[in-house]
Amino acid sequence: MTESSDIAISLKRVTVRLGGRTILEDLDLDIPAGQVTAVMGPSGAGKTTVLRLVTGQLKPDAGEVWIGDTRVDRLGGKALGTLRRNIGVLLQNGALFTDLTSFDNVALPLREHTRLSEPLIRRIVLMKLEMVGLRGAAQLYPSELSGGMKRRVATARAMALDPGIMFYDEPFAGLDPISLGVSLRLIRDINAALGTTSVVITHDVREVAKLADHACIIADRKLVANGTPDELAASFDPLVRQFMQGEPDGPVPFHYPARALDEELMLRGEGR
Amino acid sequence: MNNGASHTVLTAPLRELGRAGLFLLTAFSRMRFGPRQLAEILRQVYFAGVRSLVIIVICGFFVGLVLTLQTYDTLTRFGAADAVSTVLALSLFRELGPVLAALLFAGRAGTSITAEIGLMRATEQLDALDLMAIDPMERIVQPRLLAGLIALPALVLIFNLTAIVGGIFFAVFLMGSDPISFWANMQSSVELMRDFGGGMFKSVCFGFVAAWLAVWFGWSARPTSEGVALATTQTVIATAIAVLVLDFILSAFML
Repeated sequence: MTESSDIAISLKRVTVRLGGRTILEDLDLDIPAGQVTAVMGPSGAGKTTVLRLVTGQLKPDAGEVWIGDTRVDRLGGKALGTLRRNIGVLLQNGALFTDLTSFDNVALPLREHTRLSEPLIRRIVLMKLEMVGLRGAAQLYPSELSGGMKRRVATARAMALDPGIMFYDEPFAGLDPISLGVSLRLIRDINAALGTTSVVITHDVREVAKLADHACIIADRKLVANGTPDELAASFDPLVRQFMQGEPDGPVPFHYPARALDEELMLRGEGR
Repeated sequence: MNNGASHTVLTAPLRELGRAGLFLLTAFSRMRFGPRQLAEILRQVYFAGVRSLVIIVICGFFVGLVLTLQTYDTLTRFGAADAVSTVLALSLFRELGPVLAALLFAGRAGTSITAEIGLMRATEQLDALDLMAIDPMERIVQPRLLAGLIALPALVLIFNLTAIVGGIFFAVFLMGSDPISFWANMQSSVELMRDFGGGMFKSVCFGFVAAWLAVWFGWSARPTSEGVALATTQTVIATAIAVLVLDFILSAFML
């Protein structure tokens, strides 16, 4: 059992409704400090909603969101800004600013939030770019970078202020095997070097097994499994098994809810 | 049309106007001026203003040409060809300069601002700013609003100047009018504050409205390629209508 002081992020009985649809319902989730945690689940299960809750972009309809001793869902204005400076987020496509070079993208949070001199900012930025292997691409614009390189620059930008928590939203989506290997190593290296709490939002089961210390699965609006990747792989829960083994049908149905096929095709009542 | 549908048709634009108004108030309430903001405003003045120069200069010159051609032809029939420069200057300073430059500005810079912000929304750049605790209002919206306010009056000045050059080219060089009387008539008929100042006041108002609508439609665009395309079209349509309506209201008060 994890001590409460070892918990970096905690969601308590969180309910979120968007556009009349319940995304999360009474979700309880604890993310341990200093480890790599994978938040998994089928598409549309509410994984990115967890990210938006923790960064304060979204307020829950019910429940509490905590980072350490700070209740995030009650923060606003400057307090939320201060909290966000301690959270690095790698968004799905990197979200680099296209009118800035890689260097200026990474320098942006430093220029906005610190009073460091330009020579010092230059050193920090080059060190961050070195860490992601792209110091040589410092003067390139995002349009001159490949998809994987963009995400690495965005990772360097996310860790520019040495945050205590790093979020990676679908970091492996659409990457070639080499870029994927680089990303995996990078997340582990950052976690080890900076001692951050890393949260990887993904549905890539195989990569999670190589990367995460801890994993959880969100499905059907709540937490359905929680433990080490090996524990999840050995689970007998039908939903967990379906997800971990990538079975097309099971508790998460292959078919989107619809009328019966013969009714839809108007075959009924035609005396066939 | 049923009552519900007609109700929506009537209230939807009002709701949109209300949201755009709240957006503007939010942008101004968070206004901050530091060296970084000023540098960004200047950068946006370059993008919105300097990069609109070509279209403004070319259109200004030809508007001056065609306006002089039409008035010269008409006034010559009444033996009043000397009044060409007066008609040219007054119509340019009071109405055509501010209105046409604003419409060209909406087509060139307004659509560019809308598309840029809309794409920033679609590619999560605005979210990224928010997550880095950098206020997108302060960094993206305010500089573009203020740039419109600064750039359009400057463009109107250049538009008027090139239109007068076009007028002189037609009247003096092509039709052989006396350049001294052309210039003297213009000088004597234009009142600095009422005609020139009034037109410049209009250009400030149009610049503000054009920038506001461009930024708003980009900000509220659906984050899809279709949404961005729709937003840029809405910018042109809404700015054209707003400028012409506002022009009538301002002209009515100024006369």
